[in-house]
Amino acid sequence: MDALLLQFLNGLDKGSAYALIALGLTLIFGTLGVVNFAHGALFMIGAFCAVTLNRILTLSHEVIDETRTDFLGNPLKVDVPYVYDIFGEATGAAIIDWSVPLAILFAIPVMIGVGVAMERGLIRHFYKRPHADQILVTFGLAIVLQEIIKYYYGANPIPTPAPAAFTGSFDFGAMIGFEPNTIIYPYWRLVYFCFAAVIIGAVFAFLQFTTFGMVVRAGMADRETVGLLGIDIDRRFTIMFGMAAAVAGLAGVMYAPITSPNYHMGMDFLVLSFVVVVVGGMGSLPGAVLAGFLLGILESFASMREVLEIVPGLNQIIIYLVAIVILLTRPRGLMGRKGVMEE
Amino acid sequence: MSKTDVSRRGVLKTSAVAGAGLAVPTIFTAQSAAAFTNEPTGSSVTLGFNVPQTGPYADEGADELRAYELAVEHLNGGGDGGMMNTFSSKALQGNGILGKKVEYVTGDTQTKSDAARASAKSMIEKDGAVMITGGSSSGVAVAVQALCQEAGVIFMAGLTHSNDTTGKDKKANGFRHFFNSYMSGAALAPILAANYGNDRKAYHLTADYNWGYTTEEAVRNSTEALGWDTVAAVKTPLTQTDFSSYIAPVLQSGADVLVLNHYGGNMVNSLTNAVQFGLRDKEVNGKNFEIVVPLYSRLMARGAGANVKGIFGSTNWHWSLPDAGTQAFVKSFGTKYGFPPSQAAHTCYVQALLYADAVERAGSFNPCAVGEALEGFQFDGMGNGPTLYRAADHQCFKDVLVVKGKENPTSEFDLLEIVEITPVSQVTYDASIFGGELGACNPGA
Repeated sequence: MDALLLQFLNGLDKGSAYALIALGLTLIFGTLGVVNFAHGALFMIGAFCAVTLNRILTLSHEVIDETRTDFLGNPLKVDVPYVYDIFGEATGAAIIDWSVPLAILFAIPVMIGVGVAMERGLIRHFYKRPHADQILVTFGLAIVLQEIIKYYYGANPIPTPAPAAFTGSFDFGAMIGFEPNTIIYPYWRLVYFCFAAVIIGAVFAFLQFTTFGMVVRAGMADRETVGLLGIDIDRRFTIMFGMAAAVAGLAGVMYAPITSPNYHMGMDFLVLSFVVVVVGGMGSLPGAVLAGFLLGILESFASMREVLEIVPGLNQIIIYLVAIVILLTRPRGLMGRKGVMEE
Repeated sequence: MSKTDVSRRGVLKTSAVAGAGLAVPTIFTAQSAAAFTNEPTGSSVTLGFNVPQTGPYADEGADELRAYELAVEHLNGGGDGGMMNTFSSKALQGNGILGKKVEYVTGDTQTKSDAARASAKSMIEKDGAVMITGGSSSGVAVAVQALCQEAGVIFMAGLTHSNDTTGKDKKANGFRHFFNSYMSGAALAPILAANYGNDRKAYHLTADYNWGYTTEEAVRNSTEALGWDTVAAVKTPLTQTDFSSYIAPVLQSGADVLVLNHYGGNMVNSLTNAVQFGLRDKEVNGKNFEIVVPLYSRLMARGAGANVKGIFGSTNWHWSLPDAGTQAFVKSFGTKYGFPPSQAAHTCYVQALLYADAVERAGSFNPCAVGEALEGFQFDGMGNGPTLYRAADHQCFKDVLVVKGKENPTSEFDLLEIVEITPVSQVTYDASIFGGELGACNPGA
């Protein structure tokens, strides 16, 4: 029982990431009708926003420490961050320590900008082209973006730790009456799950309770009629693309302490997120979220040693097996709408 | 007045013969006129540096390439000479190799066996490379080594740690300076026993490919021989980035040591996840929970950040070693590039010099003569103390370093501290235990 509960908890944070990426993918597909294979790259760029802000905050000037030597035997040059000079050492260190949460503020405008530039500069030229063309161009764009990141940041993962207050883990099992040390859960993963829940709630609230959201939902249902009413739906859809990019970016920012950012991390999530979208139902926002958590948790269960001893490698194919079963029994996915991708 | 008849059939015949001639790879045609593949006939000789320039080990590949460029500079008489000044063999004079200026071409292995073979093949056939060296993966090393054997050129392996490279997949034309999984296990086990005791329960997470298996096997054999119990060994996919679902059950298994048979990004992520789950803060079976990383590299340690502190592992070489060879190499490399070299850079630099030295001593670029000069060659002054290139399997035998993540690093390069230099006698094994046959050397003629 404790092992199952443990894997359920583990599935929540991965499911959160799947859900956030799939939510953005569905927003873009639902509004613009574009199958965006560059969406994983937006997740990766978000993670590198955290890396970039950390690097900005740790921009330093050198101070010679005559008492120590470097690897060549010369006096050691010690890097002193400018934030220490500006705010004092204690406050400066705290600012650097909290660079990942602070990167949320940094990433929002950056990601909206990247999203809008991507949509206006490239993707809008492919609205009326077949899905195969859209997939090719967005996949190509994803490769270009990841190579740019690799050029500037290198190929190795870059450690981006969570604030010291959130490192380590808590004994969740002991809190609910299990043996100590049986169900351990890291603080930051709990933070990630809560953060994902807030973002998902905010996106749904925005679409449900604002006029802008109402117009977007109307446009998703019948773009032509909304256009005939004199509403510039294209402009709103561009903004939605920016929002979807921001959601993916924020998912990446907060994921940086869980998996050290590397240029390839977007691709690792992209294919699985597409499966999540298909299982949830193309164009269905609640479906994307539901399927994200469902598949994240199932993948976690399939990684149990007891399961792998019976079916080796199940954890690598479980998501695809579920996708096959769902598509055979419910061709539109769990919550898919009639008419989407069926013409 | 002569008349030339040009018929359609004649043109087709001529074209067909010419085309067939051109289509035969130079790898086969060149030998008819030369004694061996790509025999240098001009005033220069070309070496092929096959390193990962893209893909997950691109940073290691970049460091390897820096080392090769430095080696070429030193071989041609440039710079301060680096380890040529400390190398026990004095055959190299700084005038190229056998008086021929050293030139080089580079290939990108992409850390994919097929891409690595294609780039090596291209360097041999199109660029006339007489020797291929480099790489940062055992899968690539085994694949390229087999290609070089077929093509009749020497392969001086780069960073490859699997037992198989000089075990079951060894070839007469292939040589490895880097240490292997067996040596890591043999060097680590006594240190682990001394620090953590003989009564431990180990849980292995192992990368699901050749290197992972041989490393797990080596560490298990060595630690079990000291009394440790292996409670579980779980294979993890090479593409895995989040190891939480593998790490979470570790405490439930009753294990008190986690061995991460991972390298590169796998190791960075699994170690980060293990620390996030607070494993190192736990007490199991009345003992502190410990983590072990059998193969360390400084580039990986940098990726894992503060998580490496206090964690034991092994490494082929480290820039902080006090010997004259290391000091000379670090000075050359550090002055040229501004930071100390990695172990990948070191092994590649040494391999380039060892090849050149063997050619000088053999008096020929013929791979069979070079192989003979390398077999059983004993040398010193290259950063690892007295070293033997064993004739039976073309594996270098030298002291192995056991290192630990430094508690208080002074810079981003100062991440590992040497806790033990395990003598070569403790890591030497019978050449036959891993199977395989060297076969005959192939000069390509």
